[in-house]
Amino acid sequence: MSDVVERTLSALPGLLGQHEPGGGPGGAGGPGRASATSRLGSLIRSVTALTSKHEEEKLIQQELTSLKATVSAPNTTLRLMKECMVRFIYCEMLGYESSFGYIHAIKLAQQGNLLEKRVGYLAVSLFLHESHELLLLLVNTVVKDLQSTNLVEVCMALTVVSQIFPREMIPAVLPLIEDKLQHSKEIIRRKAVQALYKFYLIAPNQVQHIHDKFRKALCDRDPGVMAASLHIYLQMIKEDSSGYKDLTESFVTILKQVVGGKLPIDFNYHSVPAPWLQIQLLRILGLLGKDDPRTSELMYDVLDESLRRADINHNITYAILFECVQTIYTIHPKSELLEKAAKCIGKFVLSPKINLKYLGLKALTYVIQQDPNLALQHQMTIIECLDHPDSIIKRETLELLYRITNGQNVIVIVQKMLGYLKESKEEYAIINLVGKIAELAEKYAPDNEWFIQTMNAVFSVGGDVVHPEIPNNFLRLLAEGFDDGKEDNQLRMYAVRSYLALLEEGALYPQKFLQVMSWVLGEYSSLVTDVDPEVILKKLHSLLKKTFVTSETKAWIMAAVTKIASRTSCSKTVDKLLQEFSNSLDTCMRQHAFELKHLCEDKALMKNLLPFDASCNDMVVDASLSFLDGFVAEGLGRGAAPYKPHHQRQEEKLSQEKALNFEPYGLSFASSMSASGVTGRQSPTGLSFGSDTSGNSAETGHKETNSLKLEGVRKLWGKEGYLPKKENKVGKENEPQTVSCGSLLAGQVGDPPTLWSDQAASLPEEDKEKQQLASTLFVGLGSNAGVSLMGKMDTTTQKFKRKSKLNEAQNSEDVSDFQNSAALDFGPLLDTVPVNVEDYEGNIHTRLREASLCSSGIVEDNLGFETPQSLKTSGLDDRLSDSRPSQSSLFADSNIEIFQPSPSAQCESASKTQLVPSLPDELEELTHSEVVELCQSDALALYSCKVWTDDSLLLTVFLSNKTTSALSAVNLVFEEAEHFQILESPTYQFPVIEAQSVEHCQKCVCMDKICTQGVLSGFINYQSEMETHLEFSITLSLVDFIRPMEMTTEDFGKLWLSLSNDVKQNVKMSSSQDSLSAALNTLQQKLKLHIVDIIGNEGILACQLLPSVPCLLHCRTHSGMLALWFRSPCAALPDGLLYQCQKVMEES
Amino acid sequence: MIKFFLMVNKQGQTRLSRYYEHVEINKRTVLEAEVIKNCLSRSKDQCSFIEYKDFKLVYRQYAALFIVVGINETENEMAVYELIHNFVEVLDKYFSRVSELDVSFSVSEMHL
Repeated sequence: MSDVVERTLSALPGLLGQHEPGGGPGGAGGPGRASATSRLGSLIRSVTALTSKHEEEKLIQQELTSLKATVSAPNTTLRLMKECMVRFIYCEMLGYESSFGYIHAIKLAQQGNLLEKRVGYLAVSLFLHESHELLLLLVNTVVKDLQSTNLVEVCMALTVVSQIFPREMIPAVLPLIEDKLQHSKEIIRRKAVQALYKFYLIAPNQVQHIHDKFRKALCDRDPGVMAASLHIYLQMIKEDSSGYKDLTESFVTILKQVVGGKLPIDFNYHSVPAPWLQIQLLRILGLLGKDDPRTSELMYDVLDESLRRADINHNITYAILFECVQTIYTIHPKSELLEKAAKCIGKFVLSPKINLKYLGLKALTYVIQQDPNLALQHQMTIIECLDHPDSIIKRETLELLYRITNGQNVIVIVQKMLGYLKESKEEYAIINLVGKIAELAEKYAPDNEWFIQTMNAVFSVGGDVVHPEIPNNFLRLLAEGFDDGKEDNQLRMYAVRSYLALLEEGALYPQKFLQVMSWVLGEYSSLVTDVDPEVILKKLHSLLKKTFVTSETKAWIMAAVTKIASRTSCSKTVDKLLQEFSNSLDTCMRQHAFELKHLCEDKALMKNLLPFDASCNDMVVDASLSFLDGFVAEGLGRGAAPYKPHHQRQEEKLSQEKALNFEPYGLSFASSMSASGVTGRQSPTGLSFGSDTSGNSAETGHKETNSLKLEGVRKLWGKEGYLPKKENKVGKENEPQTVSCGSLLAGQVGDPPTLWSDQAASLPEEDKEKQQLASTLFVGLGSNAGVSLMGKMDTTTQKFKRKSKLNEAQNSEDVSDFQNSAALDFGPLLDTVPVNVEDYEGNIHTRLREASLCSSGIVEDNLGFETPQSLKTSGLDDRLSDSRPSQSSLFADSNIEIFQPSPSAQCESASKTQLVPSLPDELEELTHSEVVELCQSDALALYSCKVWTDDSLLLTVFLSNKTTSALSAVNLVFEEAEHFQILESPTYQFPVIEAQSVEHCQKCVCMDKICTQGVLSGFINYQSEMETHLEFSITLSLVDFIRPMEMTTEDFGKLWLSLSNDVKQNVKMSSSQDSLSAALNTLQQKLKLHIVDIIGNEGILACQLLPSVPCLLHCRTHSGMLALWFRSPCAALPDGLLYQCQKVMEES
Repeated sequence: MIKFFLMVNKQGQTRLSRYYEHVEINKRTVLEAEVIKNCLSRSKDQCSFIEYKDFKLVYRQYAALFIVVGINETENEMAVYELIHNFVEVLDKYFSRVSELDVSFSVSEMHL
């Protein structure tokens, strides 16, 4: 009750005086309560009366001290404790930590009667957070209350669970909460669903087995329970919509009922039926219908209905409309609905109410990506909003403009953004906007001059808060250049000149900008022939002496000086600089100076070391550090300890805390660009590249080597993997344009310039300006510009290749280090192989095959693992099939078989003509799943089969051509999946599939992110009479990636202790597997676990997740239950395995 | 997702706060001060949604009392705006008819 009072007091201070007398009678018969209430009341009143923060602090401290004394006194009653707790809550709310009260809150929740308990729980949920250690103490109380017969107690326990609960204790309460789903009271059911939602959020794997119960909750007769279950579904569908398509109809029915007013009147809000529920449902439908015409079909009616019903003039209906519009534009489009939605948006945007305008802009921003014509319709409104006094509206408008930017309007839009940027003060807004401007500038820059100037503005306004990627990308763009060498140089020259001019002005520039300047000057200043390098050096020198320049920037400047010095004969400034900094107190600068000095003494070396414009040239980096082999052997010979890999050392470190510090000193030497410099600084033991380079302050040299390495990798094997992606992207960009052509508004904007000029004559000057602005802003969006725009887009993507490069870099980053180094080793091999093939060109194809076979043989000899090999061969084969289309069909065959070269098998499979696919012989021997049909069309049937080899999951896909003619250019493409990764490229091309024959290909799949089950989808397209597109998806389960791990009991013991993530759970054993060994055998058979040992009623098992993540399992039986205890170095793995175990045990 | 719910008066004194994501106590005070500063600086004819750092604020003024809700990108601003009003209506009802217990808190949870 006093909680009520507390809320009154805090929520409605105006009512304080009136309500307080009411607080006394409310707590009838409790004189202690009245006094406590007034104590809180007086506390609040005195706090309100205070004027300074300091006084408040003193008062609260006093209060806390007295509270501390009260709560720790042994004779404090629970009732008094409750009052104290309320005051604790108040103090915490004002921002004074009272952590000593937390434990008492838990105690109160444990011991008190209903009201006291409630306050205790409330305090706990306010004070503590998910990972707070005291929370564990609450678990017992919750369990007790859940079992209570008192409804209110159960309710309170469920409430607190749905607010806050420790992740690792979920198994303790889960069965209890599951039982509550069948409770007769709807409030309990609802709260149980909410608690499960919480569990789903923090540990999705642990509630996976009760999914069907969620479905029951969705069909609950009480709308509250149903509404609660929607939260879970929204979350699940957000993660993966494909599994819930069958529920679409239920959601549509529910929405229909809600919209139709079938819910009890209690759910109405301002005579709108359950608005928030509607919003929730609309969101779910949007997710379900995305890119899925069939599902979308189901919801058109109800969406139309919602639009129609929501015509009352009230804010909440606008909220629903907004959600409707968003859904309509998310799902597969239907023109009728789109028209209505567009009208709706128009109403929003034109509304005088500012909140609605905001909503309209937001909707427009979302919609614009699908239909740019809408922007044209509302262009004048948008222009008005751009000059709106409310900066939030302005910002939203800029966001909208950002979405419609193209090559023709980029100048105006960026200008507007820069204008806003200059006014804006908030750091987050600046960072955000600067990133967008930089992106637009790089994507659409019309000319060099503008690009450099825009970037200058970005750097000088953005200052040091800009995202570090922006300067990096900018420099990379400068360095890598475009296809046209002449233009590159012009761009660079322009940059150098503008920086020199800026330095001349001598204003203060942000550090990042200075770094960019010094890098550019160092690299490209010699391009500008009419400026004496001496002048540049002087400027850099004077910069070095400024106090505001940080030491990191100084390192950049020094690098620039070194580069320039290498190109001039001798310079006075350099000498002066050397003198000054050789005695510098800054060790880092001194180091740089000394290096420069020594380099100056040997000009030849210096020139060699710092070649001009070589920042993009690939360096041959010997990743295996073979030149150190001799050194290592010698060291070992002298009795040095052998090298231990990083993780091993770390383990040892953990075991003996006082280990030596092996790390080199943090700051390092001058940036140098030569390979020897780089490798020389690597410890001979071959620490990984990344850790070595990133540890230092970002100097040019490091950054270059870092990016260079990636490029080297990309050259080898990124290309094929990347190309299709780029095509996709271009395709997507074009899509909205084509949509716009057919759209309704094309007519109106038919010829914008003339239309405007007519109008402009009769309009006042100001409007004219606006219209001019409009015409510049929306140019290129109209239908007539569509074609040229597409062309434009192509050139821009080609011109500024940054995007693509980024992607490529990512591709290569994705692959594991191991493969990285392997691929590097491959370098020479790969280079030679195509040459061989070229030589053979024109010869008979059998020889060709030999060549490829033996080259792959070589690879296999060199490296005993399959992935890079298959990757390489597939790449090689692509090249081959390109050059020799006539023989490519045979080649595709041999390529597939190269995996385990056995020429006889090839011939067989090539000659096979039956349509039912079967595995090649060498795979038939391995364990594999049945061949499953994935999809069919008139011409093609697609089958798949999983082959579980010892070290990988091979996905074999069969394509059978059912027609009587050969199909050519059949492309198999796997889409990127969240959890899985396809080693090698995700595409495969069958050049020709003969009539009535079956072809197949294999892909090696690995699990990137652990999940119990996931879907790998993809599509096939091929050329028959017309382009045909066939989609399919394959479900992969965690078990597919689990392999037994053989080990001894001792090894198990050791490993067990070293692993940290553990999960425990009790599972019921069915009657068929009452003995431990029977149960373990089930696990062994179904999950491929390896039984290490069985002792009495305990057993230990081990397995590994490919490629090599171990997971250990300890089982114990007691009274019909099997206690499972997992441990693994990977946090998500035990959860996933546990789920699989539960499933297996239930099934058997 | 709603991140926090605040009731602050014009003097900047917090009347009620509830966080649905853990925020350290000293950071809370700073956050609350900045939030109210942001709200106070806006006039009646400006819109009730503010972009603040990486989330959005939706506020509504009742006499001298501001109710501010912090939400993330995915939330519908207008729906939250009305949710505030709903909450206030419930409070209104609750304090004249005290028999309906617990409503005010479960409402805010119901819509999360």
